[in-house]
Amino acid sequence: MNWTVIQQALPVFAKGFELTLWLSLIGIVGSIIVGVLASLIQYFKIPVLSQITTAYVELGRNTPLLIQLFFLYYAFPVIGLKMSAEVCGIVGLIFLGGAYMAEGFTGGFNGVTESQISSGKALGMTNMQLARYVVFPQGFALSMPALTANIIFLIKETSIFSVIAIPELTNTALDLIGMYYRSNEYLFMLVVAYAIILIPIILLLTWLERRVRYGAFGD
Amino acid sequence: MSEEILKVENLNKYYGDWQVLHDINFDLKKGEVLTLLGPSGSGKSTLLRTLNGLEDYKDGAIYFHGKKIDPNPKTWQALRQKIGMVFQSYDLFPNLTVMENILLAPVKVQHRNEADVKKEAQELLARVEMQDYAKAYPRELSGGQKQRVAIVRALAMNPEIMLFDEITASLDPEMVRGVQEIVENLSQRDHMTMIIVTHQMNFAEKIADQVLFLENGKILENTPGKEFFEKPKTKRAQEFLESMDF
Amino acid sequence: MAHSGINILFAGNNFGRLMAGLWNSIWIAAVSLVIGLIVGTIFGVLRTSNSKILRLILRLYLEFFRIVPTVVLLYLVYYILPELFHINWSASWMAVLAFAMWVAAEFSDIVRGALQSVPESQREAGLALGLSKVQLFRYVLIPQAFKLELPAMINLATRVIKTTSLLLIISVMEVINVGQQIIEANNQQYPTGVFWVYGFIFILYFVLDYPLSAWAKSITNKQK
Repeated sequence: MNWTVIQQALPVFAKGFELTLWLSLIGIVGSIIVGVLASLIQYFKIPVLSQITTAYVELGRNTPLLIQLFFLYYAFPVIGLKMSAEVCGIVGLIFLGGAYMAEGFTGGFNGVTESQISSGKALGMTNMQLARYVVFPQGFALSMPALTANIIFLIKETSIFSVIAIPELTNTALDLIGMYYRSNEYLFMLVVAYAIILIPIILLLTWLERRVRYGAFGD
Repeated sequence: MSEEILKVENLNKYYGDWQVLHDINFDLKKGEVLTLLGPSGSGKSTLLRTLNGLEDYKDGAIYFHGKKIDPNPKTWQALRQKIGMVFQSYDLFPNLTVMENILLAPVKVQHRNEADVKKEAQELLARVEMQDYAKAYPRELSGGQKQRVAIVRALAMNPEIMLFDEITASLDPEMVRGVQEIVENLSQRDHMTMIIVTHQMNFAEKIADQVLFLENGKILENTPGKEFFEKPKTKRAQEFLESMDF
Repeated sequence: MAHSGINILFAGNNFGRLMAGLWNSIWIAAVSLVIGLIVGTIFGVLRTSNSKILRLILRLYLEFFRIVPTVVLLYLVYYILPELFHINWSASWMAVLAFAMWVAAEFSDIVRGALQSVPESQREAGLALGLSKVQLFRYVLIPQAFKLELPAMINLATRVIKTTSLLLIISVMEVINVGQQIIEANNQQYPTGVFWVYGFIFILYFVLDYPLSAWAKSITNKQK
């Protein structure tokens, strides 16, 4: 391991690091928005829309991001829809992440116990009131572990962007390896870079998960 | 002869092919305490849940103040404000404080003035000796305390009937008395009309004006409380009472 | 011309080649899963052991795989194995190694969680019958844990199948790699071929994964 090599590569890595952070952030926020909308549509069983949403969620969850990206990046231009690699990456990530998030939130809503729902009904609540005061607050708390897992998963999935030449972390490392044949150093830096991003996020989310759970259920 | 509040006529209920309630008939008068007794799985809780629209029924009818209930979700939602229910598992909303739990239905469902309800809630809490816990979360309370709050939460809607579904079954023995006293007090002082499902025979004997004895989803007896415990009509009820050994 | 694009799938022996590529993805997934689940079960049991050092090592092992993306993992194996250990396996077997280690890590945590949710009274009842530690796990704890972990295990399998799509980056001849070659070779004749080939592969993955994830969901719903 040559430390000069590592030192010299730092500025280039910093750029990839920044791009990975940005793409992850946009992807995560977009996925949460799509996921919340999709899970609400499914919860209220809005006709037609809810069937379409179910199909989307199953397609998004059961196909790999890589083929989703290839489709967006290589196949869409053939039917006249050309997007930059970055846009493809974000659209693909949100398509995938939205499906995962929707599944997570729906799981949370379904996890609210039958007895809590009976109890709300026994107080004369309408379906809307039941959703607003009982199912959603508890359901979102219940879906926190899935949310955490999905956020970490989506950050790691940005590494797949390297295959469509988006210069994020993994792509940066591969470029450097291709140019200077220093795989040990650059791969080491790559792993450390992901650790720097993910360890604080994992710790933060685990803490948050406990807080939310305690706030909602007291255990 | 006092006024009849609730009447059940030829009620049948099925889970798939399996009939859980057979031809249920009874009525409930204002101020009366009706106790549902019977072995586990006899359909007591199902019957009680049906009376609050939490279970649907295949045929038969339920009358409230002589008016036949149209069994659709809307009707039940409105009616539940007049028929309060307390469950075995308390089921306070864990994300809300004691006071928020109590205020939720009167303010959001019944659209009553929050300040008025709050005053009433404080009085009710004081009555069950929980006045110091208004700001507490359910997680900070013992089982007995949670159940007292759950009773107050149902009472805060000013219901005409209260349904109690094995409300002391998950409590530690030392908590049971306190909760039972609240229910007894509700009957004696407020003449609340109640239907109670319980396995506590001492409690049933003390409080029941009338006993419905169920087995396998059928009413085997509909007997005044005192008479049921002294001299039950059916052999099955006699065996049941002996087996309970209280 | 555009509507004839779908014929690219059936021109020459394209269809057979795609299926051969798919088979490569499937056996790599299957072998990795078998090895990974066995090793993961052992690691999971060891993570409930009393040895603090052992628990720590296995925890660090798990956290490593939690942090490193699978793409990076594949490159690590691909570059480091030959260079540092002078092991020259085919790309497919390197992929099996990477996937099996990853599955073992993830599954060890699933097994640990399931074992810990078997009630303490079950362990005591087993010990009271005079079972040895190994017998306790073999006959009492692991069978009960298995029921709890089955949905997570199936979901892990769907993830491994999806992740085989990454194998093209270390030049395994899997279905997407074959697809790329077909698209390039037929670009003149079928300008819209790319749409059909990638679309077809998209559907192939869905057909493989959807039944598994639907199965996992139905088990979870039944357990509720």
